[in-house]
Amino acid sequence: MSRNYQNFQYPGLNLGSAHPEAHKAAESMMFGFWVFLMSDAILFGMVFATYVTQLHATAGGPGPQDLYDIKSVFIETMLLLASSFTFGMASLSMKYEHGKAQLIGWLTITLLLGLAFLGFEVHDFLSMIDKGGAPERSGFASAFFDLVPLHGLHVTAGCIWLLGLVGQMLRYGLDTRTKLGVMRLALFWHFLDIVWIAIFSVVYLAGLA
Amino acid sequence: MNEATHDSTEQTDRKREERREFHSYVWGVGLALILTLVPFALVAWTDIARQTLYIVIGVLALVQMVVHFRFFLHLGLRRKREDLHLILFSALLLVILVAGTIWIMTNLSVRMALPMMP
Repeated sequence: MSRNYQNFQYPGLNLGSAHPEAHKAAESMMFGFWVFLMSDAILFGMVFATYVTQLHATAGGPGPQDLYDIKSVFIETMLLLASSFTFGMASLSMKYEHGKAQLIGWLTITLLLGLAFLGFEVHDFLSMIDKGGAPERSGFASAFFDLVPLHGLHVTAGCIWLLGLVGQMLRYGLDTRTKLGVMRLALFWHFLDIVWIAIFSVVYLAGLA
Repeated sequence: MNEATHDSTEQTDRKREERREFHSYVWGVGLALILTLVPFALVAWTDIARQTLYIVIGVLALVQMVVHFRFFLHLGLRRKREDLHLILFSALLLVILVAGTIWIMTNLSVRMALPMMP
């Protein structure tokens, strides 16, 4: 009987036989969330296209070489990758029932990594503005501040969502609703890491190459 | 007695599945790390021609995205197909929209002598 549960129902970690109720409820909900993620990806794609068309529209102002700091971007990349891993550990800890404390522990580490990422990003933006690359300086600067902070805003939303989920867990315990919340946030978090790959490659590495 | 053996095989099954899924994340992080470190190192420490570098960065980024989809989002060819179709179709839309936009705008800037091409 448990064999049935080994068939994956959707992309992402499947809860399986130990969580029959949540596993059944998850199928349509996860599919719906994937539809949202894909429309979000289209949104990001269009903002990327805007950025690329504005690459040389610096209007005599500072360009990528003057504004970007590869060290800071590298640290941000590592933080986000580490947070993807720790969220994976949180998902596994929930699926294999290692207890609420361990799950909240992994989620807290993920949150801290996310907040550290945001801290570095805000520092980057401020130093860019300091160097004369404020959004109103040129088409290039506007397009940059349209794209990268949009991702940062998504990460911020993810952090707030994570806090809300931990609150829900403390108040109601690990019921079906919180489990499904963790699984959707996991998809969201891993998705944002994929968008970040595009950002560090297209914006930062190509800009500094 | 029968029940007990059944339970214990189920438990070892679960243990094995947990190990497999844990390894999936470890592999994902390992591969992602390599695919991140290489382009960063190339940009920071080498003087390869810009065009070559663009291609290398682009290819490594695409591979890393596939790695993330495979190992973190557990997307596979033998899993349920509808979701894979959703993702592939969205990817197709993305390529059409992004490539189309860049093509049209580049063409426009060349003809209008806008400051887009270097």
